[in-house]
Amino acid sequence: MTQPVYVGLDMGASRTKVVVIDRHGALLGHAVKKSGIDFAATAAHCLDTSLELASADRSDIAAAVATGYGRNNVAFVTENSKTEIGCHAKGCYHSFPAAVTIIDIGGQDNKVIKLDAEGRRDSFKMNRKCAAGTGAFLEEMSSRLDIPLNEMNNLARQATEMIKLGSYCTVFSATEVLENIRHGKPVADIIKGIFYSMIQRVLEMDSLTEKVVLSGGVVAHNPYLVEMAEELIGRPVLIPQFPQFTGALGAALYAREAAEKG
Amino acid sequence: MAAEQQPQRKKIEATGQMLKIMSDYFYDLNDAADSTTRKVAWCTSVGPAELLRAMGFAVHFPENHAAMLGATRMATDLIPEANTIGYSPDICSYLTADIGAYLKEVSPLAKAYPGIEAPPRPDVLVYNTNQCRDVQDWFSWYAKEFQVPCVGITSPKNFTDVSDILVDDVTRQIEALIPTLEEISGQKLDLLRLRETVSLSRECTELWRQVLETAAAAPAPLSFFDGTIHMGPAVVLRGTRQAVDYYRQLLGELKQRIADGVGAVDGEKHRIYWEGMPVWGRLRQHSELFAGLQASVLVSTYCSSWIFPDFDANQPIRSMAKAYLSLFIVRSDEYKEKYIKGMLEKFQIDGIIYHDAKTCPCNSNSRYGMPQRLEQQTGIPSLVISGDLNDLRCVSDEQTRTNVEAFIEQLEERK
Repeated sequence: MTQPVYVGLDMGASRTKVVVIDRHGALLGHAVKKSGIDFAATAAHCLDTSLELASADRSDIAAAVATGYGRNNVAFVTENSKTEIGCHAKGCYHSFPAAVTIIDIGGQDNKVIKLDAEGRRDSFKMNRKCAAGTGAFLEEMSSRLDIPLNEMNNLARQATEMIKLGSYCTVFSATEVLENIRHGKPVADIIKGIFYSMIQRVLEMDSLTEKVVLSGGVVAHNPYLVEMAEELIGRPVLIPQFPQFTGALGAALYAREAAEKG
Repeated sequence: MAAEQQPQRKKIEATGQMLKIMSDYFYDLNDAADSTTRKVAWCTSVGPAELLRAMGFAVHFPENHAAMLGATRMATDLIPEANTIGYSPDICSYLTADIGAYLKEVSPLAKAYPGIEAPPRPDVLVYNTNQCRDVQDWFSWYAKEFQVPCVGITSPKNFTDVSDILVDDVTRQIEALIPTLEEISGQKLDLLRLRETVSLSRECTELWRQVLETAAAAPAPLSFFDGTIHMGPAVVLRGTRQAVDYYRQLLGELKQRIADGVGAVDGEKHRIYWEGMPVWGRLRQHSELFAGLQASVLVSTYCSSWIFPDFDANQPIRSMAKAYLSLFIVRSDEYKEKYIKGMLEKFQIDGIIYHDAKTCPCNSNSRYGMPQRLEQQTGIPSLVISGDLNDLRCVSDEQTRTNVEAFIEQLEERK
């Protein structure tokens, strides 16, 4: 392959994502892996996998930008790193070029970002130092209930009622879950309540504009959460083609911009 | 890996003189505590220090000591000591750190000033609740511990205008303190000496105002982080000649920086207002974080809170009452918003950082919709960062870094 490619790496607290795009912004390859403790090895693995999918190799990289918590721990990037807030904004605007509110739900944090019609940020908010509304909350509940994450969506759909969890705190919520189990409440109703609690915590963070985009790994793997969000917001939401890769795509778009500027 | 810009730290030459007068102050306090003739008063930072000085007390400010505990990163290990005796981790971390230090018999003074082991033992504690109720609880604990009197002013709160009724109230409360203080000090209040002290306080705070206002220049010669260090004399030496002389020197240096076009931050691109307390244990990191992004945090409500234009030697007690009531923290949001709007304009601010300090609700102005209201009125964007003044358990460095970097990216997009 001889055409230049642009690489975006999103090293999140939970997962590392890499995206390879061409000069038109088309997605050529992507990869995801648990971030683990060896950030450099994880990043290299994701890079090589996504380059292989793109039929490219490292010599084809015209520019690479990193984002996410490990953004300053990666060797192969060529440009200044960008924050995940900036990259999610860029990635979402690429898919939906309009004034939008972006809700990104990640493994360890979530963000609400407001963009104007030109894609410039009007404001952003991150969750406070708390797991409420993040993937970590869902993982903790999955572990407490001893139900794999990938089964929770289907179980929630079987609910006939919803058990509401009242607490901000993950530990307190877990206690509420156990209390409901003790009282013989159906597990499906409890899981529906867990999803409700999660999306509610996120929606409490800020007001929403007309168009809402949902992105992030939790959104990608939990379609039930999206349905519930739409129900609560009262209108359909926009979902990028690859919600988990939105930040990495934004980083790749920044890389392309940097290369074009020279 | 893309290299982050490494900011160059710029030393303020006057710092040496500040360290000397602060050292003299602490040794004098220590001597007073050891002496059989002098008396020591503990005072809240915007309490009636002028009255105490005029009556011959050596004045210790526990808030200053607590800030030192924060800046030396001793606080986080000491706060749990106070938690275990019933003082919640959710209340003022100045209080919990300071009481924790007393319980553990440690003090940053011992390391900084050989020969000093601890803050001076008080003969009386004098508070003003214009800042919060916690100062009264804090001082009451020590009063019981040392078996000494604790007296003070219960301030009106959340008012917009400093009306005569309020000034009358606080004036009477200050006057009511005098007999107790005379009895403890063993001397009658000398009105001439009080006038002189109030006059020196006025001069000190006027110079401090001029120092802070040098930051209106572009580039700003002084940062908020510099200000938090150099405000020491304005807090603990208000009403003394040393503080006045020091701020003259500092002002001269900053004026020279303006003349030479020297900014506190190289290549200043963004001008930031800081609302709320500093994170004492992260002063250097935050200073470097912003400087690395060519963002100058150049003005704050916090440092500006020690400007008291109302001090008037002709009406010493009444003007003290007025000055203590004029404090930003004790006012309504209506006043605060008007004040901040004026500052944004005067200092040509591009963005505001609100520090939501977990244990200091009175100094966290982001909780009642102020950022949204001010942004709507001025169009100046803002960011709220979660943290604390002293308790580093409430601080996430990575969250702070990501938020600040994203905020500066947002400002870049608007340039």
